[in-house]
Amino acid sequence: MSRRSLLTIADLDRAEIARILRVGNRFAEVMERDIKKVPTLRGRTIINMFFEASTRTSTSFELAGKRLSADVVNVKGSGSSVEKGETLKDTVITLSSYLPDVIVIRHQSVGACQMAARYTDAAVINAGDGKHEHPTQTLLDLYTIEREVGPLDGLHVAFVGDVAHSRVARSGVRGFQTMGARVSLIGPPTLLPRDAEAALGVTTSTDVRDIADADVVYVLRMQLERMGPGGFVPSLREYAMTYGINHARLRPGQRVMHAGPINRGVEISGELADDPATLIERQAANGMVVRMAVLYDLLAGPAGSTEPAGAPIGAVAV
Amino acid sequence: MAVRLVQRPGPAASLVIRGARVLDPLAGIDEVRDLVVRDGVIGGDPDGLEVVEAEGRLVVPGFVDPHVHLRTPGREDLEDIATGTRAAAAGGFVTIVAMPNTSPVVDTAAVLGALLERGEQEAAVRVGFLAAITVGQEGRELTEQAELAELGAVGFSDDGHPVADAEVMRRALQYQRITGLPLVLHEEDPSLSGRGVAHEGAVASRLGLQGIPSISESVAVARDAALAEYEGGWIHICHVSASETVEEIRRARARGVRVTGEASPHHLTLTDEAIASLDPARHKMNPPLREESDRLALVAALADGTIDCVATDHAPHDADEKEVPFEEAPFGITGLETAFAVCNTHLVETGALPLATLVRRMGADAAGVLGLPAPSLADGAVADVALIDPAARVVVGHEPFQSKSRNSAWLGEELRGRVELTIAGGRIAWRR
Repeated sequence: MSRRSLLTIADLDRAEIARILRVGNRFAEVMERDIKKVPTLRGRTIINMFFEASTRTSTSFELAGKRLSADVVNVKGSGSSVEKGETLKDTVITLSSYLPDVIVIRHQSVGACQMAARYTDAAVINAGDGKHEHPTQTLLDLYTIEREVGPLDGLHVAFVGDVAHSRVARSGVRGFQTMGARVSLIGPPTLLPRDAEAALGVTTSTDVRDIADADVVYVLRMQLERMGPGGFVPSLREYAMTYGINHARLRPGQRVMHAGPINRGVEISGELADDPATLIERQAANGMVVRMAVLYDLLAGPAGSTEPAGAPIGAVAV
Repeated sequence: MAVRLVQRPGPAASLVIRGARVLDPLAGIDEVRDLVVRDGVIGGDPDGLEVVEAEGRLVVPGFVDPHVHLRTPGREDLEDIATGTRAAAAGGFVTIVAMPNTSPVVDTAAVLGALLERGEQEAAVRVGFLAAITVGQEGRELTEQAELAELGAVGFSDDGHPVADAEVMRRALQYQRITGLPLVLHEEDPSLSGRGVAHEGAVASRLGLQGIPSISESVAVARDAALAEYEGGWIHICHVSASETVEEIRRARARGVRVTGEASPHHLTLTDEAIASLDPARHKMNPPLREESDRLALVAALADGTIDCVATDHAPHDADEKEVPFEEAPFGITGLETAFAVCNTHLVETGALPLATLVRRMGADAAGVLGLPAPSLADGAVADVALIDPAARVVVGHEPFQSKSRNSAWLGEELRGRVELTIAGGRIAWRR
């Protein structure tokens, strides 16, 4: 990685993404062992700052750090100094005084990680800032597709649903394109960002039938909590009828992804969500190894150089 | 009723500016010659006066800014009348008009009276005050406008907020028949702009920022132009940012509506591409920076007079307020000290706008939108003069700001144009 921080997926070029995915493969092998821990980051300190509710991302970051033997500290927005009125800037400065190597930040506002990076010497990893970006989600999605479907080059990925409020889509579009995929956005006109074609270099459609051409259908969560009053769709019932993805809408061979958590029966049918042919469970499982790879790349892998060889990782496992 | 512009007392200026290019488009002056200021008035006998050597320099009528936030009363930590008017003087301004969205809001004679008193004690340049259109700027009840006008308000504005209710706006226009003063309008349909923080377009879509559509501004202007036409009113549109708004002003004027408009140096020179760094201290403002097509429409409208003047919307904020994630930061940037240099560098030197047009739009035309007297270099006029080195290279922020705040879009950028001397109301207000 040429930069010390991972603020957006655009910080990574194709070669850097490919390297991280390869490192992820090495760590996946480690996870198949009885003892799933390596000493790679022993003595390093990682602070996870989650100002917004999260289960899978915060857990996978915590486990990723611990399985690399780093010291991991978790700070939540609630019950912390933030609740007493401290600003994000002051929190970052205070925590930086403990000399962490990495600060992982999830925040409800766009620009939080960019701002934080101005006030710390630690590497900052964006674990989701508002509707902006979620780069490690994209890396784990890329990893999952490469393992389960095949090389990204030439694939067509269609994001379906609430694009407007989705940081998963914003990082995903960029990341998938970097790896050679074609991306389209499909959803109700109220949930497609203005000028998306120009902004993101994609095709857009309001007709769900246009998923027919896609190799991967990436279903987006309806983010009701971000929509506020006014209603972006007339009703969830109608949305489910018009844009909900189910077996009937898919053709054989299409793979389905979803970053979770799922609104069952809204954007995806329960039956499809439970179908082992979808990649949803694989995505969750792959999150941890990909985050291990990102932490390794930031802290132990000098830019553009070494990857952990299989033997040394195994040989020094504790 | 008479508008009151107040200024701190001081000795009248007497000096000769020698050998500069003297440019006053309205008075038809553009020649290299000496300019005499004696006892605070243009012209007279140069004998015995201090001589300021000014070859290669530019002398123009001092600038007027109809749209400034002095943060006083209430947030004197961000700006007060003394620092705000000193910043104005350092930017070549001789008259500024302060917005009433303070704490408390300037919505009573008591608050306005106190401000006028403070201005008389502190102001380096002439300062006038707008009073609120509605009590507390809440958009419901009209302020006591006859009394506020009697005391010397320059006009009325709820700037910072639109007057969302059409009937309230209509009553304000009817009341204008008593006060004779302009309504200075922040145009935004809050049901369209909502919780937006950036221009609705490709950049906001890429960054995941909630958008403020350009029609949020233009539909509000269309409504108020229609109301002003119906009531025979006088309206001035603040900080025009969108090409659609320019069209609305053109259409209304063609119908005979008395409507004027202003544009800020930042909307005339920057686009929403600038916000990609997500630094709110530099680029978060309302209305937001829009697209290149909007910017070009504003520059063309300023050139042809559809946009009457440049106004800075000088909005001081301290670092703490702005050192938060982009979405959470307050709107606004400072502008008094950089206005001429920004327009000179990015409009005049690029050939987009003649220097004489810029001088006029920042001086006489800016005064005209609020019915204020135009600064002039004609013999016998009160001296309102800016002496500028148009070629001087200035890195913004390298010299201390006169303003208490430094939330400038141009921080660290090199601009060309430095104000060396400002005479406001016949008194020396700024000298480098």
